[in-house]
Order: sequence, then C-alpha cells, then structure tokens
Amino acid sequence: MSGKPRLTYLNGRGRMESIRWLLAAAGVEFEEVYLETKEQYDKLIKDGFLLFQQVPLVEIDGMKMVQTRAIMSYIAGKYNLYGKDLKERALIDMYVEGISDLMQMILVFPFSPPDAKEKNIESIKERATNRYFPVFEKVLKQHGQDFLVGNKFSWADVQLTEAILAVEEKVPAVLSGFPQLQVFKTKMSNMPTIKKFLQPGSPRKPPPDAHYVETVLKIFK
Amino acid sequence: MSSKPKLYYFDGRGKMESIRWLLAAAGVEFEEEFLETRDQYEKLLQGRSLLFQQVPMVEIDGMRMVQTRAILSYIAAKYNLYGKDLKERALIDMYVGGTDDLMGFILVFPFLSAEDKEKQHAVIVQKATSRYFPVYEKVLKDHGQDFLVGNNFSWADVHLLEAILMVEEKKSDVLSGFPKLQAFKARISSIPTIKKFLEPGSQRKPVPDDKYVETVRRVLHMYYDVKAN
Repeated sequence: MSGKPRLTYLNGRGRMESIRWLLAAAGVEFEEVYLETKEQYDKLIKDGFLLFQQVPLVEIDGMKMVQTRAIMSYIAGKYNLYGKDLKERALIDMYVEGISDLMQMILVFPFSPPDAKEKNIESIKERATNRYFPVFEKVLKQHGQDFLVGNKFSWADVQLTEAILAVEEKVPAVLSGFPQLQVFKTKMSNMPTIKKFLQPGSPRKPPPDAHYVETVLKIFK
Repeated sequence: MSSKPKLYYFDGRGKMESIRWLLAAAGVEFEEEFLETRDQYEKLLQGRSLLFQQVPMVEIDGMRMVQTRAILSYIAAKYNLYGKDLKERALIDMYVGGTDDLMGFILVFPFLSAEDKEKQHAVIVQKATSRYFPVYEKVLKDHGQDFLVGNNFSWADVHLLEAILMVEEKKSDVLSGFPKLQAFKARISSIPTIKKFLEPGSQRKPVPDDKYVETVRRVLHMYYDVKAN
C-alpha cells in the first residue's frame, strides 16, 4: 500500500464525496479507484476487501475501512478536526449527523422517479430552510466565531460547507435568509485547502448525472 | 438538570433502545420521560430543547444531546467502551455501523404495511445470515478472544448483542449456523450489568406493538406508511 489513502467507489459523488471533502480539507492527498463494472465489484467482495460487501472503501494506515461514518471519524480524529475534548466532539457529532440527514435527501434524489423530482426539491428546500440552516445560523450568530465549534476549524465546518453548496445546486437562493451562513460559506471557501478543492481539476466530483445513476443500478442491482 | 442522564422518547424501543442498552451496560442509571401526546412534543419544540426538532434527546452532563450516533459515541467514550486508541475506535465504529444497518431494517418494520412486513421479514433474516453475522462470526473465530475489539468489552459488543436478540425475535434459530456468536451471546448476556438489563423490571423495552406505532404516529403526525428499504 502506498502512503496515500486509496478510495474505491464509483466515479461520482454518492457517499464517498464527504470523505473526499474531508481529506481535501485536511490537505491529505489520496488515490482513487473507480468501480465501473459489476465484475470489478464482485471481485472486490471475493477478495475480501469489503467487510459488509459495500463501498465506500478507504484503504488507510493498513486498514481496509468501510462504513462512511467510521471512515470520517477516523480521518477527523487523525487530522485534528474533531475538537479538543469529549464535549467538543459531541457538538461536532451532533452537527455532522444533522447535516448528514439533510445530505441523505440529496443522495437519494437522482434515484427518484422523474415525476417526483420537483416535490423532492421542495422537500430539500423546506428541510434546509426550516430545520437545518436555522440551527447553524443561530450557532454562528450566538458565539460570533468563524467556526462552528471551539473557535477552530473542524469536520463540522467542512460538512456544512459541502451541504450548503450541494443544496445551492438544487435551490440557488437558499441562503437568502441566512446572512451568517453566507459569510461562513465565503470564509470556508477561501481556506486554502478548500479553495484548492473547489477549483477545476480537483478530485471533487460533479453533480450526479444519468450515466452515474445507470452505473449504480448496473453494479448494485 | 439531575445528575442522572434523562432520556426523552416514546415508551418503546425505536432509536432510543441502543442508548438504553449502552447506558445499562456501562452501569449508568438513567431517568426517562415518555412522549405520549402531541402537546408534550410541541412543548419540547417550543422550549427549543430539540436541536433538529427530533427525538431521541438525552440530557447528559449539562448538554441536551440529539442524534443517536452522537449520543452513543459520547457515552461510549465517557465510560471507556470505545477502545484504547484511534485504530480500535475505527474498528468499533465499523462494526457498530454494520449492526446499525442491520437493526435499521428492524426499526422500520412496525411501520410497514402488512404486505411489506412479510417481505421485510425475509430481508432481515437474509441480511443477518449472509451479510452481517458471518462478519462477526469470523472476527471472533480469527482472534479467539471474548470481545470483538482489543480483548476488551466495548460498545461494539453491546450493539452486536442487541442486534442478535432483535433478529432472534424474528427467527428464533437464526444463530444456528454461527457457533461463535452463540457463545458470544451467552457470554455477553451474563456480564452483570447486561444480565440485570435483560431481567424483567429493567428499562429495556418490549417488542413494538400497535399501541407503540399509534403513539409515534400521533405524536409525530406521521400518518403515512413507511416504505421498506
């Protein structure tokens, strides 16, 4: 195994995208292997790479890690993006889990039938603006700091930035009622590692298209 | 806030049950407030006690914690059930992720239509016996130790026992191909704190019934049929 983490997933966002964001934000270079056929996937299972027969898979520090949350917790812990103590970790976990619930709606969106798409965008908009964004707007307003937890850059900031951009792709003016989040988005986007990740040519993947959906259905049917 | 953790949820398993298991396994006494009416829920919302307007919520160490995974991670770390270093924590997180996915199929079960329930029953048994149980059987066989990670009792062991018992409620002989898991089940069940939790009169909740489903639907205004995974 080379020194760099190696990511195995489809050539698209899905559940691996948050991991790409976190590694990039931490300034960690990584390699990627793209699943394109069912045969590749079956071989991975046969060769014992996938603990629960699922991807994402991240080979890191001699481990074959699966389970998105486990992988991200490990990366956050390793690269000091998990707060300074148990209580800060608890806050980060709460924020990340909440954002993850919002991201779940976006994750499944490409797989919904065409006649449900408009309704689903409305649901995403409703949840973002009534349940999730107000929480983080308030957190930032109350402590007046640049970062969500402990006045220090953490996993929670990365996850929220990713979520804001993902929702904006569906609902462009979604931040219009959230001035703190607008400032937050700008600040995070200008952090050197994140800025680099947001530039063309980075490992960041584009929004899922028909080809991506087709590949998922073909490999995991 | 009292010094004991206080759990806010319905009087039933749902997402809170894993938290009850973990606190009990750690030997931590806790209080519970049961949501029975829509009014109680709205009062919690108005009091801004629920960060994302959802339960479970656990008052612990001056925090109002929400998000099941965050709560469980906090308890595990606080009571030394999270391994001795980052790598052991990674293993525990992976194993818990698996049992969490398995229990997820059971969590939605009471809210499915009658037809979907039948299909889901088969899915639960199939996933348990072909995807999840073989993994833990192999882990135990490979290292020959009593516990899943680091030769020490951890969150992963508690979560796996909970999952085993829940699947057994659906198919009583589901462990028949898994000798290591049978021994594991007996061993972990006899740990004093867990043994106590498994006895009648503990805070462990029974298999969800129609009354439970009705309560959840009423309190959350959740009147649609949940779709199976």
